[in-house]
Amino acid sequence: MTALLFTVFAPLVGALLLALITPLRVAGWLNIVISALTFAASLALARVVATGGVVAGMSFRVDDFNVYLLVLTAFVALTTGIFSRPYMRYVCASGRITDRGMRLYHAMFQLFMFTMLLALSTDNLGVLWVAVEGATLATVLLVSLYRTPEAIEAAWKYFILCGVGIALALFGTVLLYFAAQHVLADPAEGLTWSALYGVASQLPPAIMGLAFVFLLVGYGTKVGLVPMHQWLPDAHSEGPTPMSAVLSGLLLNVALYAVVRLKMLVDGSLADTDSPHMAGYLLMGFGLVSFLVAGLFLHRQRDIKRMFSYSSIEHMGLMTFAFGLGGPLATFGALLHMLVHSLTKSAIFITVGHATHIAGTQSIDHIRGLIRTQPAVGWGLLLGVAAIAGFPPFGVFTSEFLLLTATMQTQPWFTVPLLVGLAVAFAGLFRHLHPMVYGAVPEGQLPVQANMLPVLIHLGLVLWLGLSIPGFLSHWLNRATELIVGVGLL
Amino acid sequence: MNLEQLPLLQQLMIVLSAVVLLTSFVLLEQARLVAAIHAFAWQGVLVAMVTAVVATGSGLEHLFFSAALTLGLKALLIPWMLHRLVRRLELDRHKEPLHHPALVIMAGVALVIFSYWLVLPMIQEELMFTRNIVAVSLAVVLIGLLMMVVRQQAVAQVLGFMSMENGLFLAAVSATGGMPLVVELGVAFDVLVAMVLFGVFFFQISESIDSLDVDRMNRLTERTDEE
Amino acid sequence: MSLSSWGVALLQALLYLALAPLLAGWVRKVKAWLQNRRGASPLQPYRDLYKLFGKEARMAHTASPLFRAAPYIVFTATWLAASAIPFIATGLPTAAVADVIVIAGLLALARFFLALAGMDVGTAFGGMGASREMFVSALAEPAMLMAVFTLAMTAHSTNLSSVVDHQLLHGIILRPSYMFALTGLLLVALAETGRIPVDNPATHLELTMIHEAMILEYSGRHLALMEWAAQLKLLLYGSLLVNVFFPWGMARDIHPGALGIGLLLVVVKLALLGAVLAASETVLAKMRLFRVPAFLNLALLLALLGLLSHVILEV
Repeated sequence: MTALLFTVFAPLVGALLLALITPLRVAGWLNIVISALTFAASLALARVVATGGVVAGMSFRVDDFNVYLLVLTAFVALTTGIFSRPYMRYVCASGRITDRGMRLYHAMFQLFMFTMLLALSTDNLGVLWVAVEGATLATVLLVSLYRTPEAIEAAWKYFILCGVGIALALFGTVLLYFAAQHVLADPAEGLTWSALYGVASQLPPAIMGLAFVFLLVGYGTKVGLVPMHQWLPDAHSEGPTPMSAVLSGLLLNVALYAVVRLKMLVDGSLADTDSPHMAGYLLMGFGLVSFLVAGLFLHRQRDIKRMFSYSSIEHMGLMTFAFGLGGPLATFGALLHMLVHSLTKSAIFITVGHATHIAGTQSIDHIRGLIRTQPAVGWGLLLGVAAIAGFPPFGVFTSEFLLLTATMQTQPWFTVPLLVGLAVAFAGLFRHLHPMVYGAVPEGQLPVQANMLPVLIHLGLVLWLGLSIPGFLSHWLNRATELIVGVGLL
Repeated sequence: MNLEQLPLLQQLMIVLSAVVLLTSFVLLEQARLVAAIHAFAWQGVLVAMVTAVVATGSGLEHLFFSAALTLGLKALLIPWMLHRLVRRLELDRHKEPLHHPALVIMAGVALVIFSYWLVLPMIQEELMFTRNIVAVSLAVVLIGLLMMVVRQQAVAQVLGFMSMENGLFLAAVSATGGMPLVVELGVAFDVLVAMVLFGVFFFQISESIDSLDVDRMNRLTERTDEE
Repeated sequence: MSLSSWGVALLQALLYLALAPLLAGWVRKVKAWLQNRRGASPLQPYRDLYKLFGKEARMAHTASPLFRAAPYIVFTATWLAASAIPFIATGLPTAAVADVIVIAGLLALARFFLALAGMDVGTAFGGMGASREMFVSALAEPAMLMAVFTLAMTAHSTNLSSVVDHQLLHGIILRPSYMFALTGLLLVALAETGRIPVDNPATHLELTMIHEAMILEYSGRHLALMEWAAQLKLLLYGSLLVNVFFPWGMARDIHPGALGIGLLLVVVKLALLGAVLAASETVLAKMRLFRVPAFLNLALLLALLGLLSHVILEV
């Protein structure tokens, strides 16, 4: 319990501290220290859950599903913090933001972590909503940090679209609470996930179905499902690169986690009706459309960060499809995919940060010859893109393979669009990547000081997960799969 | 459900929610910003009144507090902040007429019918009364959404967003007797922070493109050849 | 259907005829008070009508027989429509005619002939007034019908007598559909009776006339009939608003005492409505003609909302 409280609230305390501290050199290091402490606490919490089962109390609930997301979030926050320290120093020195902007950045970074960790660990669906909305609010000012017209436009779009989506999710939450009123012994527990899960089969299906549609559209906006994805490419590309890394790598996971939790409730409620798989079909529909549309849009991109944010949309679509498909194989694959996608995508964005630093621009047409200028960055980008495109032996290949197997077993015809989409995305990514990494080096391009350690760690982990998933992790994921679909894979 | 057989308090709730629907139509159509802000304030007052009526009828103490919170936040604080912003941005006398008012109103009416159709499956007898008010609150939410789509002025879009929150609060109060207090406080806090951020944004947008016409922010498209 | 109930029906019709000028005079008097004047006596319209009946009726040489017949048709149609609306008692034989659609039809007939008469002589004013009147009523009529249908849906009949009976039966119930219908009908009544903010009944400026423009060429007894018809229309709408939405006090049976109370109460209610009308005319300014559609669209919207709230909230 203390580990849990520390994990969740340390970033909040950190945010307050960072808001008050002025000297920038200290802020960068303090950010790293707080993230490290949070990560350590999350590891302790994971140990407690692994040995003792569910940790619950004070409206928090950490079970097998969200504990690994908590650890992942804290870990990526740490590595991104390590990357962001020198990177933001460089950004500040080049005059793109002011000192006050830097203070805001660090404080909001930790606040953002707090809201995400709160969303992941709470048992109360209302608090989940508040935390996800809080995450939007914390990052909105950061997207517009550079104060260019494009950045402000991106931040406004982000704010409005996510705000609208979240409002619809709140309506869904209200309907859910309403549905629970007549079923639960204590109506005030109507928003507690564990209580609702216990009586899921008694919840009125009509209201639950309607609520799920709203919740899917609402939280799906934050996941980046097409057609509610319009904010994602803009927000992820216009903000500072560490922000893009955590937005792509972490926030999308949190939103998807919310959707899956709610799907668990709705599946229980709809189990005895005429359309027991409605939630699954909805997820599959949205996921598949997102996957295909994003893959196609990848080809048209001219900005490197936009391209990778479309790749995020594509992968989130794939994960949504997998969760919608259901069954232990697809769910295991989806959980693994959440893990490896976070690691790979944040690594890619970190490398992209260095690449844009070298080239001085975010435009794909003007970034060239990275491997010759700075081999570490060039190789990092190449391997990162190979990983995210699903090359073996990286972990993404494993999870996509599991998903394809599951699809072939249950809905064989869907394998065709999945394979086509994967091929299209692969082609798009490499088509843009090749000149960036191997092209002719433009005049005067110099290597920069780049700490590639976080990238190395992330890609190393992804490679390890691709080659052989360690026992404790596979058991962990297996228990989470059991929780979600009722039967484990292994 | 027979209207004649309902107790007076429930009839009053029905009347108040109908007037809330009217205010959301007024918000949709109102060309003058200051008048729109006033309409939004009245909507907040009405929603607070509904909360108070529910509190009186059901005896839930914390709802009085929610009513006071809504009144303070939605009817007083947020309109005051918007008013101040409008004055500082010199938009007092700004009029932004809708392009196709008849079409927009028809769309609004269609949304009302659509939301009623959506909640029709909740046909259990004891839920009839609340189902109807849930239909009205969903309509208010969707009309707020329509307002955000149709209006081009940033302040008007924010009003649409806030009116969506009003509709959500009305749904929560009428359907379930209010969400748990913790959640309501969290939601209110989120709304307040959102409002503050909107204020910050207005200045950023205004400085960047020298107007608050959101349609002018269109640099980020799929066809960017610049940068 | 006894003789006395027919008698009461006839009495009601005559009461309409007799009280119409009084209402118009009362509104004018209250307006004068609000403008800090003493104003003419409320009985002045009677004197005006008497004077006009005594004068010679001159007609332009371009006038057709329609011009001569129109005042009678307009007056009769309006009087018929008015006398059908429950005034002091419900359940009268004329109640069978009190169907809303019939009333709307009779008023449309009157309007039709009024417009034709305006165009008949061939002056510019008449034609202009006729086209404006048709424009306003084309927008007002759907709003009025929608508002009254809202009432009809609650009472399950379009007969005004049934609607009033339904209201009397159930006592005071807060109905949002009635509130919306009332507001919508108020706006429509302002438009149809030609009051500010749609039309100024006291003006003769060519840019602002609607009703006055159509009757500009009339004189003598024809003008008297047209004026009386306009006053009847005002009383008709006033009685519609007051008796359908606040019918308490109306006599349910043919009893002299009940009838007396009914008459007294309805006079008081109409006096209040007249005062409200005068106040609104003092406060509001006349709208430009191209803004009238927005005004009437508001009325239509209110009526629509009334219908929607009936279907969604009350059924």
